[in-house]
Amino acid sequence: MMFSLSRVLAIATKEITHLRRDRLTGGMIAGIPIVMTILFGYAINNDVRNLSAAVVDEANTSASRALVMAVRASQVVDEMRTAKSPWELEQLIASGQVSIGIYIPQDFEQRLAQGRLPVAQLLVDDSDPIILGAVKGLASFPLETLSRQVVSRAPPSQTFELRALFNPERRSAVFIVPGLCGVILTLTMVLFTSIAIVRERERGNLELLITTPVTSFELMVGKLLPYIVIGYIQVSLILLLGVMLFDMPVRGSLLDFYLGVGIFVPSVLTLGLIISTIAKTQFQAFQLTFMTFLPQLLLSGFMFPFEGMPKGVQYFAEMFPLTHYLRIVRGIVIKDTPIAALVPEMWPLLVFFLVGLIFATLRFSKRLD
Amino acid sequence: MTAELAIQTRDLTRRFGTLTAVDHINLSVPRASIYGFLGPNGCGKSTAIRMLCGLLTPSEGGADVLGIDVLKEPELLKRRIGYMTQRFSLYDDLTVLENLRFMGDVYELGRRTRDARIDEIMRRFGLDDLTGQLAGTMSGGQRQRLALSAVTLHEPDLLFLDEPTSAVDPESRREFWEFLFDLVDQGTTILVSTHFMDEAERCHALAILDNGALVAQGSPLQMKQNLSAHVIEVETEHSRVVRAELLSLPCVIDVAQLGARLHVLVDPLVVSPIDVLTEKMREKALAAEMRKISPNLEDVFVMATHGLVPK
Repeated sequence: MMFSLSRVLAIATKEITHLRRDRLTGGMIAGIPIVMTILFGYAINNDVRNLSAAVVDEANTSASRALVMAVRASQVVDEMRTAKSPWELEQLIASGQVSIGIYIPQDFEQRLAQGRLPVAQLLVDDSDPIILGAVKGLASFPLETLSRQVVSRAPPSQTFELRALFNPERRSAVFIVPGLCGVILTLTMVLFTSIAIVRERERGNLELLITTPVTSFELMVGKLLPYIVIGYIQVSLILLLGVMLFDMPVRGSLLDFYLGVGIFVPSVLTLGLIISTIAKTQFQAFQLTFMTFLPQLLLSGFMFPFEGMPKGVQYFAEMFPLTHYLRIVRGIVIKDTPIAALVPEMWPLLVFFLVGLIFATLRFSKRLD
Repeated sequence: MTAELAIQTRDLTRRFGTLTAVDHINLSVPRASIYGFLGPNGCGKSTAIRMLCGLLTPSEGGADVLGIDVLKEPELLKRRIGYMTQRFSLYDDLTVLENLRFMGDVYELGRRTRDARIDEIMRRFGLDDLTGQLAGTMSGGQRQRLALSAVTLHEPDLLFLDEPTSAVDPESRREFWEFLFDLVDQGTTILVSTHFMDEAERCHALAILDNGALVAQGSPLQMKQNLSAHVIEVETEHSRVVRAELLSLPCVIDVAQLGARLHVLVDPLVVSPIDVLTEKMREKALAAEMRKISPNLEDVFVMATHGLVPK
């Protein structure tokens, strides 16, 4: 067997030349590790802090106020609002406005005096398991910060009774499967449409297509429509598997669920279309797809709690369709959130869709120059 | 609408970086005729056609196509033209019928007109047996007929064909040109690019392009008649030696070999070309027979690309 180093080098040089000519791919060689490392190293944080909470203080004594202050001082909780009733507390959690509810009963002072623990109740949005973990620390909050004499009498035990609202058995399928609907759709939908225009270009169909009276907008919408149907098929499969194999409960209405899909799918499809108007080859389209998919996977709240990320990253992640869809789908499937309460998550998806569609339409030129 | 001309260009120019692909071309293409772009690969034929279809923006100059300014209203134009690209540009993974239906719908023919047109055109182009065949699995000639069907489905007033017969055998080429003349008979104007002389000969009028510039224009007959150079046919047994000797004469413009014969182009300023050539042969002691013949289109092409044909 002959081995020619010069031939190997010739091929290697040629490959480097390809990469140099293909500026997008070349840029991503450096861009992906730099951007991803900075982004994720900075943003991913399992020490959950700065959760938002609501409190119902029916005792309203100095001791109860001190307890609330103490919880707040732990830094796990950042915002603290007051609610009128335990019922309102549950509503706030179901609609995703707060992650923790603190309920202090009227007989709080008595319980404290008698050393009857727990003295209060913590309601947790356990649709995110990591939040549940973080809040567990709060439940065994040391009472000595409240009153020294109580501690001396009471056995070291739980200050709060912890109430996981949605998944008390902590079965992970209940957490994971609804989110998976969003993650899988994000990947497949973007992949489908990201090659939509590029493929026409690579196969030589584009020159004929742009000579016809087809407008950019017609082309974009025509490329989207079939995949909306495919999105519905995929999401139904995931839901079916979740229910059949993992015994996942669907607490909200199926109609709401499909409505959410109908808003989410077009928005991720336009993300693919945008990629398709930027990429020159299918390979570039795949790279860009993963470039947009990874941050969504890691920063949307699917893998790590959204509240745990620094504020700047949270604002950034609000741009992703997946971030909003996760709240919608978890709300509907796990928490039975009324659809009206999810409107704040729906309009960003619509805006993303419209802006994306207009952008892709304008970017696609019916000219070759 | 100005009825006479299908295409009129004004100093149409396109540059790609430092390369001038099309260089100040002025064309007038009459309606209901076949107009040919003749030239070697890379002479700017495709670039010129793309500008005329409104796909490329001219760097300079402009063009009116079917009375429409291609710079201002390219979308208006697109309903009325058909463009058969050099590379097969229909969908390989669609069948003949699916491809044609797609094109019919893109041009908004309406289901009934569309199906009637498809039936008619498939019969005309001999595609009716191939309805369910995937385009990607067809032969060069079949693909070419499908491509022409697809761009004529909406009955365009003007048809651009970019080297339509380069992947096709001579028999299919003949048929293809019969289709083209039928279309012209119905009033269609056709602009076709080619590098085949026999195809160029069939056009009503021709433009010879070289390095992006228009070097000659007119009907093939006119161009041949107007050619001022002498065309001498030389018959000899030592064709390679004779060719080299003749080319060394300053008055000889070009020598092409056709088997045992040489086809010699001589400067028109030479008064008696046969005498000059015979003298050279005698000098080198080479035997050759010579006679003057009438020029063919290739002679026109050679002269034009040497810059020796007045525009």
